[in-house]
Amino acid sequence: MINYMLRRFLYALPLLMGVNILTFVLFFIVNSPDDMARMQLGQKHVTQEAVNNWKQQRGYDLPLLWNSKANNPVVETIFYQKSMRLFVFDFGTSDSGRNIGSDIQQRMWASLAIALPSLIVGLLVNISMALLMVLFRNSYIELSSIIICVILMSISSLFYIIGGQFLVGKLLRLVPISGYDTGLEAIKFLVLPVMIAVVSGVGSGARWYRTLFLEEVEKDYVRTARAKGLTETQVLFKHVLRNALIPILTGVVVVLPLLFMGSLITESFFSIPGLGSYTIDAINRQDFAIVRSMVFLGSVLYIVGLLMTDISYTLVDPRVRLS
Amino acid sequence: MVILWTDALIYCLVVAVIFLSFYVVRKPQFKRPLRKICHNKSGMLSLVFLVFFMMIGLFDSIHYKSDESHAKPIISVLDYWMTPLRTQGEKTYSAPFATHLYSKEMVILDNGTKVWRYPRLKYAGAYLDHPEHQKITDIVLKSGQGFLKGIGVCAMMVFVFWGSNRYRQIDSFVYWKQSAVSLKLVGVLVAMVIVASFILIELSFYYHIFGTDKVGEDVFYQAIKSIRTGLVIGSLTTLIMLPLAITFGIMAGFFRGWVDDVIQYLYTTLNSIPSVLLIAASILMVQVYMANHAEDFTSLIIRADMRLLFLCLILGVTSWTGLCRLLRAETLKLREMEYVQAAQALGVQRSKILWRHILPNVMHIVLISVVLDFSALVLAEAVLSYINIGVDPTTYSWGNMINGARLEMAREPLVWWSLTASFIFMFILVLAANLFADCVSDAFDPRRA
Repeated sequence: MINYMLRRFLYALPLLMGVNILTFVLFFIVNSPDDMARMQLGQKHVTQEAVNNWKQQRGYDLPLLWNSKANNPVVETIFYQKSMRLFVFDFGTSDSGRNIGSDIQQRMWASLAIALPSLIVGLLVNISMALLMVLFRNSYIELSSIIICVILMSISSLFYIIGGQFLVGKLLRLVPISGYDTGLEAIKFLVLPVMIAVVSGVGSGARWYRTLFLEEVEKDYVRTARAKGLTETQVLFKHVLRNALIPILTGVVVVLPLLFMGSLITESFFSIPGLGSYTIDAINRQDFAIVRSMVFLGSVLYIVGLLMTDISYTLVDPRVRLS
Repeated sequence: MVILWTDALIYCLVVAVIFLSFYVVRKPQFKRPLRKICHNKSGMLSLVFLVFFMMIGLFDSIHYKSDESHAKPIISVLDYWMTPLRTQGEKTYSAPFATHLYSKEMVILDNGTKVWRYPRLKYAGAYLDHPEHQKITDIVLKSGQGFLKGIGVCAMMVFVFWGSNRYRQIDSFVYWKQSAVSLKLVGVLVAMVIVASFILIELSFYYHIFGTDKVGEDVFYQAIKSIRTGLVIGSLTTLIMLPLAITFGIMAGFFRGWVDDVIQYLYTTLNSIPSVLLIAASILMVQVYMANHAEDFTSLIIRADMRLLFLCLILGVTSWTGLCRLLRAETLKLREMEYVQAAQALGVQRSKILWRHILPNVMHIVLISVVLDFSALVLAEAVLSYINIGVDPTTYSWGNMINGARLEMAREPLVWWSLTASFIFMFILVLAANLFADCVSDAFDPRRA
């Protein structure tokens, strides 16, 4: 097991290196630091002096890959200082001068507070909807719920948020429209976003789980279970659900680490101080350092998710062996 | 005539689709799925809507330089048809079918006194003397006119279709008759769509059907113009994605070894970056590039068009990985099939095996994923435009409309029409695309044969 995990970990390193090189090319080679400085300082009437000053403050005045003047030509470069440092999770400072690492640590809990309940409630709702659809298959109940699912799927998530905020927050005045608080006070701010996240995901989610269940229902062991005289509900809950949980579980495990990243849209609409709104603000302010760090963090979390998926496979499905 | 970059690619796409459909209709292995699609009611009905939207998008893609000295010198054929909607702007917000402005203003009467009241709109229903009493009758009258025009056009089309159908050869007639149920339904729906659009066109010349936005521009016009943006994002992205996904996917599956390793490494790396962030990073870079090379993008419309094209490119580059993985898995399966092994044993060239044996047999996966991706891309455009990493702010798009409408929901009285218009149009397009995608994947999925 440890051997396997070590091997997977080593396999992740070239992936992260690839991500790193990609972001480096995107952020420093496609456009030179001079271009970025001009963009930040405004297009016209920018003196070369101001550009140099901006670059020096943020450490962009080094050569890209090879510094022949310094005594250590590899270390004293943008690539090493800005990209390689990410590997030890040293995100450096943002273009506006704040420490990105501590910002991330501070903000990720708000993201988690909203993403985790959304995931769990959404999962429960989706699975029960899908089970109901499979239980009543080939009936009008199934047909109408499929139609409802397609309709729900066809509505943009933006409309769910705007509509939900308007209906629950403005007309009914049940919860505050947006905002965030620490501790237990946060719950009243979280109800609406979680609800909206669940509703907007139910269309595609229930449909997807339904196909998973339908695939299981047609297998031989289900026929055997029925032949034994089990009722349809027993077959569904004891046999089909348990077997279908394997793909469901592994699908969930992949996204678990990414929950820290939060949701861009939801957080910005509800002004929740999580990593999603952090990223959006960075994009709008064109703060390249933050975007670069978030890209790296996101891919690290994704790769961790992949690793966890592989491990969870072996835990829940005894047929799968590590090799 | 002016050909923008996206226009040129759309023309390429149309040509490609025409060639592909000729190819598909002639091949025997596609006969059964095609017939299945023809028999699927919801699939055919949604296809009618899709085709209708595509026609609008196509007419909106034929651009030319107009003589009129207007802010936007390059206009499309659709713009020309909708000239009254385009030019008859009001001062600020006005509700759908309103004859008065949304907010009160100081109005100077003929006798010189000043009154604080809702001023009349400059264009909408301006010919009515007493709009309070005459408006309803006038609306009914105008929609009646539109209805009659629509019926007239439908009758003409039925006449032409019927006339040409009488001299058809026997076997093609039999082929149509097998799907006669759907055909009748489709005919009825086409007629309904035509009549409805004529009514809307007639009304939109005299009123603002969906009201006007903050600067007084007609919202109905904006929603119609957004169709092209949605379609371009949905279809051009696929055009860019397909070559990458197909070549890499098939090569990885067929050659295995180091080719497979490299390609797998490539798509896992790309996949591991959260797609929104990758798109955001790329769009930021494009913004920087365009800001520093302002001289290359002379006109506003060319600039917006380039940004749209870049967005498609970026979406294409970030979204080919899913299809690539599917194709690789399928090719791995196919290369062990007897007919591929036989071809190998007979010494057929590898490229020929790929072209003649592998590619046709993975085409159904490609088709299914193309139609499935379409609606997802249209939805993604709105989200991306909302967070300012989508299309240019001057481009008409549903995302930009929603973005602008967001603050209007907090106004008193409520300005709901911009949001509603974008909702209706987007919903129809995405719903039709989803239903059609279901129909296509049903028909082409070998497991459900």
